[in-house]
Amino acid sequence: MTSVAAETLRRSPLHERHRAAGAKLIPFAGWEMPVQYDGIRAEHLAVRHHAGVFDVSHMGQIETRGPDAPALLQRLVSNDIRRLPEGGAQYGVICREDGGVIDDLFTYRLAECHFLTVTNAANHERDLAWFQAHAHEFDADVVDHRDEFAMLAVQGPEARAVLGGLADGPLPPRMHCCERSLAGVPLLVCGTGYTGEDGAELLLDPAGAAEVWDALLLAGATPAGLGARDTLRLEVCFPLYGNDLMQERGPIEAGLGWCCKEQTGFIGSDNVARVRAAGPAQTLVAFSIEGAGIARQGNPIAGGGIVTSGTFSPCLERGIGMAYVPSELSEPGTRLEIDVRGTARTAVVASKPIYSKEH
Amino acid sequence: MADPSYPDDLLYHPEHDWARIDPAHPDQATLGITWYAQDALGEVVFFDPPEVGSQVSKDAPYTEVESVKAVSDVISPVSGEVVAVNDALADKPETINEDPYGDGWLVKVKLSDPSEQESLLDSSAYEATLT
Repeated sequence: MTSVAAETLRRSPLHERHRAAGAKLIPFAGWEMPVQYDGIRAEHLAVRHHAGVFDVSHMGQIETRGPDAPALLQRLVSNDIRRLPEGGAQYGVICREDGGVIDDLFTYRLAECHFLTVTNAANHERDLAWFQAHAHEFDADVVDHRDEFAMLAVQGPEARAVLGGLADGPLPPRMHCCERSLAGVPLLVCGTGYTGEDGAELLLDPAGAAEVWDALLLAGATPAGLGARDTLRLEVCFPLYGNDLMQERGPIEAGLGWCCKEQTGFIGSDNVARVRAAGPAQTLVAFSIEGAGIARQGNPIAGGGIVTSGTFSPCLERGIGMAYVPSELSEPGTRLEIDVRGTARTAVVASKPIYSKEH
Repeated sequence: MADPSYPDDLLYHPEHDWARIDPAHPDQATLGITWYAQDALGEVVFFDPPEVGSQVSKDAPYTEVESVKAVSDVISPVSGEVVAVNDALADKPETINEDPYGDGWLVKVKLSDPSEQESLLDSSAYEATLT
């Protein structure tokens, strides 16, 4: 099914656990990762209504520390690092000079001058090179920690109860992080995730990953794969790098203006400010298909535009997605005609998120 | 459907499709996708059937089945005219996963060239292509 030889792929420290759980493993950004166990729909609903655990050990980590670490990150990341407290988490993008998005990432402030940034797997090496290339102007060290961390995301309305029963102390609130011991394993607990549900992400020594994984399953978390992770994030309109975010487009057209603070002078801020002032020519919208059919990445839209993510929504039981369209077509309620492999399908621009608990 | 199965009363196309030809109606075939195909695809959420009366050609795609994650062409193992489509799949496309050789059938075709079936595989020959 793939021409990439399995032995060239990186493996998670939980690889044997995934095999034992009957996971379907696929190549993903140079890693062999579980796309599903029992089925995407069941895993998706387990996260929406109970608690699921994702192995996201493919994600990368970059540590930044030293007296100028805050200044370095302020230069690299679009958000305002001064507003990131110790023990806090912040989402932002890094941009090229022209404002094109290099990656979207969470940064955790472990101490005044000590940060951990989590990268997308496919971008990790490029991000690391970008951090290092700019670090020499600052009194700060940039250290690659991709191989020192396993990463688990425990998500869902029952995620905190599952975690709380295993932790040696209270969990951090949303968008905060702290060191804890879980099932006896020391780790960093972060009140973040990418599913639209409450929960936490765990960063830990790969040697302890299996122990924590086993304890989470025993406590009631359902193993969930990258397939469900994709449908969950798309229902709540979180953009995915490589689909909805790319170097050829900027954060304003992607709807990420809220995490861009141009007055901080981050790399690319001049161009981001220019697009914000003029209004982007195209805008990333959410859509919902009327009737049957599922649009997919790459499907063209009449009037100019392209689907960047498309799937079947397990909660709404219809085709949903995100697309770049001319900004005059971006108002919720606007009808779009999508060419789905030769069949014209009607979609309606939806307010973000497409799915919310009120449904 | 948890365990693989490849019934020996069916004929198979290497692109993971099956044809059932009832000896009482040797000019007609029922078509579907194999256990392997539905397993590789995952939970089917959408089947867009061809129209009754449309023509299908051996080795060419005649419809699509979609799972949450992906869309896949379905290749016809025979040539002919579609005389029936499985309308029940519109509301319950997951039947293709649950019963790929029974209630999960896709279409019935009136064969234009019954000799084409000689080039199809029996269950053991098809299974041998999967390893």
